[in-house]
Amino acid sequence: MLLQTCLFLLVLSNFCMLGTPRIRRMTGMTAIQGLLLTVLLCIFGHVMLAVAVLLIKGLLLPGLLWRTLKRLPAQALVCPRKVVPLDVLAGMGGLAFSFWLDGRLVMAHGLFPPMLLPLGLATLFCGLILIVGRIKAITQVIGYLVAENGIFLLGMPLMTTGTAWFELALLLDVFVAVFVMGIAINHISDSFASIDVARFRSLRD
Amino acid sequence: MSQSLVVYFVQLCLALLLAPLLPGIINRVKAIFAGRHGKPLLQTYYDLAKLLRKGEALSQTTTWVFTLAPAIALVATLCALALLPLGGSSSPLAFTGDFVLAAYLLALGRFATMLSALDTGSSFEGMGASREATFAALAEPVLFLTLMVLTSLSLNAGLDTEHALSLSALFGGQSADTWLGGKIELLLVPVVFFILLLVENCRIPVDDPNTHLELTMIHEVMVLDHSGPNLAIIVYGTALKLWFFAALIAGLMTPDLSPWPQAALRTGIVLLLSVLVGVTESVMARLRMQRVPALLGGAAAMSALALILSQMR
Repeated sequence: MLLQTCLFLLVLSNFCMLGTPRIRRMTGMTAIQGLLLTVLLCIFGHVMLAVAVLLIKGLLLPGLLWRTLKRLPAQALVCPRKVVPLDVLAGMGGLAFSFWLDGRLVMAHGLFPPMLLPLGLATLFCGLILIVGRIKAITQVIGYLVAENGIFLLGMPLMTTGTAWFELALLLDVFVAVFVMGIAINHISDSFASIDVARFRSLRD
Repeated sequence: MSQSLVVYFVQLCLALLLAPLLPGIINRVKAIFAGRHGKPLLQTYYDLAKLLRKGEALSQTTTWVFTLAPAIALVATLCALALLPLGGSSSPLAFTGDFVLAAYLLALGRFATMLSALDTGSSFEGMGASREATFAALAEPVLFLTLMVLTSLSLNAGLDTEHALSLSALFGGQSADTWLGGKIELLLVPVVFFILLLVENCRIPVDDPNTHLELTMIHEVMVLDHSGPNLAIIVYGTALKLWFFAALIAGLMTPDLSPWPQAALRTGIVLLLSVLVGVTESVMARLRMQRVPALLGGAAAMSALALILSQMR
């Protein structure tokens, strides 16, 4: 029951991200996703890893994003509204495709709890849609984080004591990636007075 | 007479008597939020009594459509309300597919009000009628998508099509039993109905019922030319429509209990919902007109999510 509730809240947070043009709200949602992943890890019995995930995905990464947002000008914090309905529709398509894929994939019986595989895949797709569909550089970092959350969720039932170290190393990689991207976005914003990636097309050597 | 029928008629009488209390509660909650004392809770009753005593001023442009429309709207809303399983007891009028009739009875009432607005010959009222038609057309697919979630649940629960496709089955308590049993995604359905309540009853964030003579209003502009007993009928009909939508949500939130506790719980939820509408109106600003379709689109997305997740479990 708790597992299913957390999975539902995770997919709901995905759609909240797809449905909002405000980047501050999306950053808040990444923190919520970090918390939900912590609860899910506790359900699977990986308490040590849960603490690490809470620190990195629940606090550090949203904190880094928040710090980057504070330095950006106000107009950089809202995406164009016209892409939002398309993103939500694409997310619905992704969800339906995940369920279709779940029916087609041959998995060992009992390996994945019900709904975890399709909703993990749907989270991955939502992250990809955020990367492709939004034109601000910071939403692409958020999309990258959401996609990583989906992959993390898919790996959760496969974790054993040995692989927990591997997951921790991955978390560190993600942390470094977001750290570097945060700095890069600051530099992009300083140099070009915008983080709108559509404008980069007009750049010349 | 069986107990469930007694509960039904008691609830129907309660709905007819208490419906004007809902706008009173909403206004009082808004006043408390604004730090004012506010109007009396029974203000709508006083207004109705005053309007019923008054005479009516009719424009020379208007025809019989104008005088008849409020009565048609009220009767349509009353019939729709009578189809609901009030207090958890099946309606004696229930039949297969009655939710379509209920939805279109409300649409008929709206159509009559729009016709009366157009009948005045005022471009201002015509503008309101046009807006009402636009938002109603957008809200209707959301309503039917949400009803589709509920009918699929009823069919999954093993009810035959004859019983599954009526309001009495859809809002009879099985939905609450299902989400209490673990299908948490069904909690999105009452949220969608709450958004529909706000849209259909022209409340903030879609329309502000307190603003008269503003270029952005929808429902109030259509009834500007009505006065006296006809205006009383419109005010009462609006309150009944609010009760109808609140009763739908109460039907989704109440589990299948024994008749009297369930009836009491449903009435309590209806009154609580009016408090919630008051809170929503106090903490939110009205949306710009072009943002309302986005609100309804969000509601449709929530219905679709509930449908996909509940079907795939």
